[in-house]
Amino acid sequence: MMNTSLQKPQRRSLIGNNALLLITIALFAIMYTAGCITYASKGFNHLQTFLNILISNSGLICVTCGMTCIMLTGGIDISVGALIAMDCMLLAVGIEKWGLPAPLLIVMILGIGVLFGLAQGFCVGYLEVQPFIVTMAGMFFARGMTAVIDTQQVSITSSSFMSTLANTKINMPFNIGAYMNSKGRLMIPYIRVSVLIALAVVVVIFLVLRYTRFGRRMYAVGGNQQSAALMGLNVRKTRMQAYVLSSFLCSIGAICYCLNTMCGTTTQALGLEMDAISSAVIGGTLLTGGVGNVIGSFFGVLINGTISSLVKNANLISSWSNVVTALLLCFFIVLQSVFARIKQKGNK
Amino acid sequence: MEDKVVLTMRNITMTFPGVKALDDVDFTLRKGEIHALMGENGAGKSTLIKCLNGVHDFDNGQISIEGIKGDILNHSTLEAQLRGISTVFQEINLCPNLSVAENLFIGREPLTKLKTIDRKTIVTRSQELMQRLDLHVDVQKNLEDFSLAMQQMIAIARAVDMDCKVLVLDEPTSSLDDVEVAKLFDLMRDLRDRGIGIVFVTHFLEQVYAVCDRITVLRNGALVGEYPIDDLPRIKLIAAMMGKDFDDLANIKPEGSINSHGEMLIDAKNLGTSKIKPFDLQIKRGEVVGLTGLLGSGRSELARAIYGADKVTSGSIQAKGNDVKISKPLDSIHLGMGMLPDDRKAEGIIDDLSVRENIILAVQARRGMMHLVPMKEQCEIADKFIELLQIKTPSRETLLKQLSGGNQQKVVIARWLATDPDFLILDEPTRGIDIGTKTEIQKLVIKLAQEGKGIIFISSEIEEMLRTCNRMAVLRDGEKVGELSGDMTQESVMRAIAGGERG
Repeated sequence: MMNTSLQKPQRRSLIGNNALLLITIALFAIMYTAGCITYASKGFNHLQTFLNILISNSGLICVTCGMTCIMLTGGIDISVGALIAMDCMLLAVGIEKWGLPAPLLIVMILGIGVLFGLAQGFCVGYLEVQPFIVTMAGMFFARGMTAVIDTQQVSITSSSFMSTLANTKINMPFNIGAYMNSKGRLMIPYIRVSVLIALAVVVVIFLVLRYTRFGRRMYAVGGNQQSAALMGLNVRKTRMQAYVLSSFLCSIGAICYCLNTMCGTTTQALGLEMDAISSAVIGGTLLTGGVGNVIGSFFGVLINGTISSLVKNANLISSWSNVVTALLLCFFIVLQSVFARIKQKGNK
Repeated sequence: MEDKVVLTMRNITMTFPGVKALDDVDFTLRKGEIHALMGENGAGKSTLIKCLNGVHDFDNGQISIEGIKGDILNHSTLEAQLRGISTVFQEINLCPNLSVAENLFIGREPLTKLKTIDRKTIVTRSQELMQRLDLHVDVQKNLEDFSLAMQQMIAIARAVDMDCKVLVLDEPTSSLDDVEVAKLFDLMRDLRDRGIGIVFVTHFLEQVYAVCDRITVLRNGALVGEYPIDDLPRIKLIAAMMGKDFDDLANIKPEGSINSHGEMLIDAKNLGTSKIKPFDLQIKRGEVVGLTGLLGSGRSELARAIYGADKVTSGSIQAKGNDVKISKPLDSIHLGMGMLPDDRKAEGIIDDLSVRENIILAVQARRGMMHLVPMKEQCEIADKFIELLQIKTPSRETLLKQLSGGNQQKVVIARWLATDPDFLILDEPTRGIDIGTKTEIQKLVIKLAQEGKGIIFISSEIEEMLRTCNRMAVLRDGEKVGELSGDMTQESVMRAIAGGERG
């Protein structure tokens, strides 16, 4: 018997030993710095540019957090964009045409998110239907329902609750990053309520994934479903819960989205599911499940946001950002397989 | 005795589609014993374990465990765990993407006051557990960073740490080395002394005699018997597993004399694949070499290595004195080899082709697809072998699926004989066919050898091997462990299979 004293629990960084995550963060930093240097004349180096990326992507951040959870269990959810459109449309039509109070509608939307997730999660978890098929059905349903509610674009104008929330600027404390604009006015960088919501979601989901049984169960299920079952974990329930969580977060994302656009249309958030998936993958989440976290996904969203911001500043058509995202995705997927291979070799 | 019983399984019957996997099996586990569950591959050991854990549903039978009134029925491993049955399955069932500590505690993590996971406690308790088992691992590293053996030990540690009355270890030692096995045995003895009943499934006989107190033997899904370890020496255990009543076995002398001093046909040196450890084997003209060992000991795998059906990873092979490279079955066919696979349903017969087409298949393959064998020649060949092997078929154009199993078998043998091979591998050629046909096939094998062919003969029936073979290679756990020749008796063969000193 060796007489080693117990090791003290080593302090690990919050991100663990995920090299992919470090690369993501580094990439974001490089990209953003490059943007600051290149487009300094256009004000890219102002803090507000960064905050604007947060503001315009607040909905996507919420959705990506949910997507990350689902991908951790080895699943996928392509219904999120459509669900957002349906939620926004409900909110807009509910306020403008049915005359319902906004807070009630918000609660309703969140409830719909849970129900939607329950239905999808039941099919995936308990009926063991392919997640892609289930959520594709969900996507058609939600996108269809959006048009059934109203085919026109409905702007939210008559709710003071919504417009107050949407217009509230939250200034950076201590005038961080404040600057004089060309007219000599002091500009104080600000964020919107939607950003607070999104950041809260990131923090909560981070804690859930790391410190709750449910969170760890999702990792276990994604790591090896059969093993998880044989270790006595309830795989079916876990998978269902992940879809409930995703659709719920998606509904929160819909509120952020609505605060930004203040309208509901049938084409809202078109293709958002792909943005969410690509952000999660760029953030180091594996499509096969079991690996990833929301910090990575958060930076994944920021990278996507930075790309479109850079493309805009370069006066290129916005489709260029898709091209760049595509290249980046390829890069990350190759990187992931390289890491996996190195790991395999290391084990031999 | 009965009051110390911790787990009883009675009349467990379970069917997979078409197969009765377990037939009226009883199993009794007492407190503080290590109980070996033995049987050849496919005897139903793992199935029984899975029934106990609710992984499989059984059709019939009762399970009861100490401390719970009435029968229990587990629907999942979780339920089984809650009732005090922890199991380490044959394949490692942990999550590679989680840390060692998490794997040990997932599903039963200690919580803080806020109902969140207490990661600190998990880590310290994991370290304590690892230290108790004398394992040196960083419990915060991911499981995938460790060797399979270590992962297996961690899986066992997880099971051990749960408060269990019954610990089931299904082939836990297959990936462990001797030192690790010794560690595991110490642990098992320690747990036994604490009153836990341990079910130990293994196919390593030495290990059974090293730690177990009692043995239950299964064969073909049925219970053979339960024995205290002292009443069942190795050789009797082998006899029980293979279905032979040792005392009744008479020595049978091989019939006829076989000339074994011919030309060297096959000389395999250090040949190995991923499924069988490197071996040497020589086969001369006129020889019937038997491969013997328990089911799953690597008999078929050895044959497949020579035939080129599995990818060879080491060694070389000489055919008729020339170095040859065999990387696929077609290579060996060109060298004059033929192989009758053991799973003839899957690999041998083609149901929807006629007797003639089935017979001609290998001849055609040998000549290449571009050189069609003329119909006239096909008919001649088919007729010749139907006559020679006395295949009972209405006509040569009858579909193979309409023939009986024995006759199907003969057709497959005919297929290889039609290529006029010098060297033939027959894997269980007599399985599932009636006694009369069996004897005919045995006679045929001897006749072929007398004609100067070399034959590898694989069979689970020792008498049959004794009758037909003039040399036997003994396999155990995927390794060729010896050869027998000369005066072979049922006893000497069984002793060789059992291995080691007499138990």
